Amino acid sequence: MEFDSNRPIYLQICDSIYDRLLSGELQPGGRIPSVRELGADIGVNPNTVMRSYEKLTEAGIIFNKRGIGYFISDGAREIVLRNQREDFIRNEVPKILKRMSLLGLSPKDVFGDISVNKT
Amino acid sequence: MNFINTFAVYYSTITHQYGKRRHKYEKRHHKYKTIQTISKSSAMIKIDDITFSYGSNTVLKNISMCLEESRIYGLLGENGVGKTTLLTLLCGLKRVKSGHIDIDGYNPFERKPSFLSLEYFLSDEVAALPMTAEEYAKNYGKFWEKFDMGKFLELMSIFETDPAQKMNRMSFGQLKKSYISFALACNCRYLFMDEPTNGLDIPSKAQFRKAVTKYTAEDSTLLISTHQVRDLENIIDPIIILDRQDVLLNASMEEISEKLTFDYSNEKHADALYSELIPGGSISVRLNTTGEESKVNIEALFNTVHLHKELIKGLFSK
Repeated sequence: MEFDSNRPIYLQICDSIYDRLLSGELQPGGRIPSVRELGADIGVNPNTVMRSYEKLTEAGIIFNKRGIGYFISDGAREIVLRNQREDFIRNEVPKILKRMSLLGLSPKDVFGDISVNKT
Repeated sequence: MNFINTFAVYYSTITHQYGKRRHKYEKRHHKYKTIQTISKSSAMIKIDDITFSYGSNTVLKNISMCLEESRIYGLLGENGVGKTTLLTLLCGLKRVKSGHIDIDGYNPFERKPSFLSLEYFLSDEVAALPMTAEEYAKNYGKFWEKFDMGKFLELMSIFETDPAQKMNRMSFGQLKKSYISFALACNCRYLFMDEPTNGLDIPSKAQFRKAVTKYTAEDSTLLISTHQVRDLENIIDPIIILDRQDVLLNASMEEISEKLTFDYSNEKHADALYSELIPGGSISVRLNTTGEESKVNIEALFNTVHLHKELIKGLFSK
């Protein structure tokens, strides 16, 4: 797995799970790899993966069935969608706006006729 | 059940020894505070004020640190600060001049068989013996109770190295991979590795990361000395930075990113402790004032620590 240079690895692992949830690759009730399996697959310290799983559990996105493994919660998609939308508006949009003003672009220049498919 | 019993006995032995030692300490020094912090965490390797010298050349002096179980420690330090010496002291090959090392209640230099079967030391230089890797594993694996031949062969296949080849006919990299496979197959509690990725080719480095994360037992502790921080960046946590006669840092990645901010943006900060130009901008390190976590860059960390030794030591001492 290739990591972005400026976000902590444990958050990047969470990000990839969010993306896979939103794309539908991961489904509620589905099992995700164990901490060790995922650590070995992506070459990351199991303690780091553990931190990601703790964060996901706290957010109600995954849950742990003792002795069996980690599973996707029923409402996971809705939670991720809500959090990611909030994060997009709060953190990513300002960056885009800043870049647009730097380049002298108006929203019309950028978005013109593009329509966004709402899920 | 058997395991639980063994653990109970083992645990009571430790607590018992603790009691005794604590008493001794309180009488002798004002080190009560240190001991107290140790007993809170699950420190299994305790290095207390050790000194070691080669003739008149003192390498390690006043070195103290604790290592907890189930961690993969990265041991960093400039050439000649005593990383290899420290590893050889921990595995009982050398004897400390003063101070002491305690590993699960053992003094390594006593080299009790019950201690030796708990640990494995993978040296930087490995012997090219006139036998196949498989024969070597069969003969020497016997010394480690939990040695697993199946695991050895599996690891050899991950490393794409032929176990039926004679070790003295192997290239340095192949030989190294055979020994790494052997070390991990020992399933021991303590694994000390000196520059394990030296001499490995490009694909082997990813294989090494996979092997280490997949095949170390859950309760084992690894201590890996390395200069190749890029190879092991996402594997090693906590990080220990050893300096001439000093331990500059012994902290987990989480603690490091709580206390220091690694900024990859192009913004200039007057309060940067360290900065360097990289393709696409710069990386600067400063105190974390916002509480937001960033990705720790080990090279930048190393350089920051060396520029601000006292500040960093103060920052991380709790």
